[in-house]
Amino acid sequence: MSETKNILLVGVGGQGTILTSKIISNGFINAGYEVKMAEIHGMSQRGGSVTTQIRYGEKVYSPVIEKGTADLIVAFEKSEALRWLEYLREDGILIVNDYTIEPFTVSLGISEYPEDVIDEYKKKIKNLHIFNAFDVAEKIGNSKAMNIVLLGSLVKALSIDDIDWKEMIAQTVPKKFVELNQEAFKAGYND
Amino acid sequence: MKVLMTGNEAVARGAYEAGVTLASAYPSTPSTEIMENFSKYEGVYAEWAPNEKVAAEVAMGAAVRGVRSFASMKHVGLNVAADPFMSFAYHGSNGGFVIITADEPNMFSSQNEQDNRLYSIHAKVVCLEPSDSQECIDFMKIAFEISEQFNTTVLFRLTTRVCHSKTPVELKERIVPKTETFVKNSKKYVMVPAHSRTRHPEIEENLLKLSEYGNTSPLNSEEIHDTKIGIICNGVSYLYAKEVMGDNASYLKIGMSNPLPVKKITEFAGKVDKLYIIEENEPFMETQIRSWGIKCTGKDLFPICGEFSPELLREKLLDVKPTIAFTPENEPPMRPPVLCAGCPHRGLYFELGKYKNKAFFSGDIGCYTLGYLPPFEAMDLSIDMGASITAAQGYQRGNEMSDDDNANLKPFALIGDSTFFHSGVTGLLNMIYNNTPITVIIMDNSITAMTGHQDNPGTGVSVMGSMSQKVDIETMCLACGVNKNNILVVDPYDLNATKDAVKKGYEATEPFVIITRRECALLKPIQKERADMKCKVDYDKCRFCKICIKTGCPALQIDHENEKIYIDTVQCNGCTICLQVCPFDAIEKVGE
Repeated sequence: MSETKNILLVGVGGQGTILTSKIISNGFINAGYEVKMAEIHGMSQRGGSVTTQIRYGEKVYSPVIEKGTADLIVAFEKSEALRWLEYLREDGILIVNDYTIEPFTVSLGISEYPEDVIDEYKKKIKNLHIFNAFDVAEKIGNSKAMNIVLLGSLVKALSIDDIDWKEMIAQTVPKKFVELNQEAFKAGYND
Repeated sequence: MKVLMTGNEAVARGAYEAGVTLASAYPSTPSTEIMENFSKYEGVYAEWAPNEKVAAEVAMGAAVRGVRSFASMKHVGLNVAADPFMSFAYHGSNGGFVIITADEPNMFSSQNEQDNRLYSIHAKVVCLEPSDSQECIDFMKIAFEISEQFNTTVLFRLTTRVCHSKTPVELKERIVPKTETFVKNSKKYVMVPAHSRTRHPEIEENLLKLSEYGNTSPLNSEEIHDTKIGIICNGVSYLYAKEVMGDNASYLKIGMSNPLPVKKITEFAGKVDKLYIIEENEPFMETQIRSWGIKCTGKDLFPICGEFSPELLREKLLDVKPTIAFTPENEPPMRPPVLCAGCPHRGLYFELGKYKNKAFFSGDIGCYTLGYLPPFEAMDLSIDMGASITAAQGYQRGNEMSDDDNANLKPFALIGDSTFFHSGVTGLLNMIYNNTPITVIIMDNSITAMTGHQDNPGTGVSVMGSMSQKVDIETMCLACGVNKNNILVVDPYDLNATKDAVKKGYEATEPFVIITRRECALLKPIQKERADMKCKVDYDKCRFCKICIKTGCPALQIDHENEKIYIDTVQCNGCTICLQVCPFDAIEKVGE
């Protein structure tokens, strides 16, 4: 692979985007790629929007992604992809978790939640995969494994099967959750 | 094998490999993880200090003793440590001494965008700037060598992108150099005017030697490709420039930005047709380079404000705009950071919000700064760490001295426990000394919460995990001279008690202190203890009046279909603030 690949994980603070990106990056490093990953933490942990940018390839300079160049965006919350839609390249893939987290600004009436956001994605994006990762994770037994369900979906979408993801998960998550998360990965991959 | 590390992890690793044995810091985004990681290595001694001045001075003492040491802080932290930083530049080092500053182009978690390279020229010390994690390790080692070889402080300047980006690094063994012997020498270590006058010319001479060093040091590296365009750049800007221009330009990457390598830069400028200076924020290099009579393009093309990106450089250098395939029609909902469900500040802010039109809320820096946002809007001023208490006093005196009474609002100072220890105490002393009738509210959640739960003098646990005497805030207030009848301690989960305390604080005519005490809801032991405590809405009783929503709790959600409020059990910790404000008893507490 000569070209650098760009992945964006977007969601809401507390959804586990950072842990997910850690597993992905470790996978790519093990496979011998150069990997760079950019995230901003601090205030945003408190229920705000969060983003992790991952770039991998033979030689990667910038840790941040340019508009119109993301090969894949995974939205952990359905409306969050809107903030980053301009980053998706024309033939890029969008994975959307059909899951809503209404911010308190909506309850307070100072902001609106776009109810038809899924329709907009359907109308615009060719390479689109929408599913409810929360339900999938809950079926397995723990809704908190939602992020790993999404990881499974990401791996499938990018066809990066030559990496031992089960092992990467085992190396990253606490021991007692390894089996659950491996199952979540499988479910996400097959969904 | 290579591993991925953030810049902060790599700086800690570099210090460890360089044989640093002592470090001190005050937690501050984006620098916090440097100390968190460094303190975990074996054979080191690490401290959380109450503030950056203390951290710098502890590290300086260790350097004088002859061991390698550093203090780390965010950019504005160096303002707090500026006094020792400026002075110690005259002392030089004994064991190597480094100050790490984490600057914030774009201000992700900061109040200003100051460029601390300017401090290096101001203090006449060396400034090093890594661009990725591997350089964080390599440059840390060189920093200590320079400090010892040239008898100087090294300012190690990072930016948020370097601090928080993960890039591959190679790990090496730790090598601890032999401790330098401390020899008493008042001419070096006691900066009375007579000694300083001798030292200043030596420092000027040293800077010339250091510039010479920079001409040959690998810290400043030249890459000659196509010479039509030459780029002088630093830090993460180098990575962006390489991303955009690749081999279609030549580069002089400046890793040591003070003093600048005059000869190397002049020679590079002579090799290229058009010279660009690409640096975020201030025209630090550009101004100096121009002053040598070298023609270049810098801030006339690239902005001073905000951070750079490959996209920005592509547009400025090549006039190429990004190809945008998808433009969203819908707007995403505003999702600002919020006080968490169960946050102990919520009860206080709910009550304070009622005084919005009658009080002046002088705020401070921490999670509670979010109190400025709706629904509370209970913060009217925030300057810097500790300013809540002092600025409130000035406002009160202004009330007394002004010729109008339009804004004669009762001043409240709002400060967290860690910020109080950092630089609130002296303000409290001033309040008593000058007998200024304001009300100080110390929001004690028993942790430095905003930066991700670091211990502080109030917790009695050090960064290395050892136990010490807990500092009691109430006793401190008494010791500062606050009348014991004017100190109230309340649990902010108890809304009636909080309401009563705020009322007393509002009516007080003497210096008054309220301490709201309740641990941060996200602390692991607290989460465990309250794991089964939840609030639940009884749909039969809920009249959808939305009064509970005014507590701004993110666990409260709207059931649009049934026109009821429901509570997200994942977030809720049963703090009962919503239950206490519900006029229809529609919320009940479940679980123990």
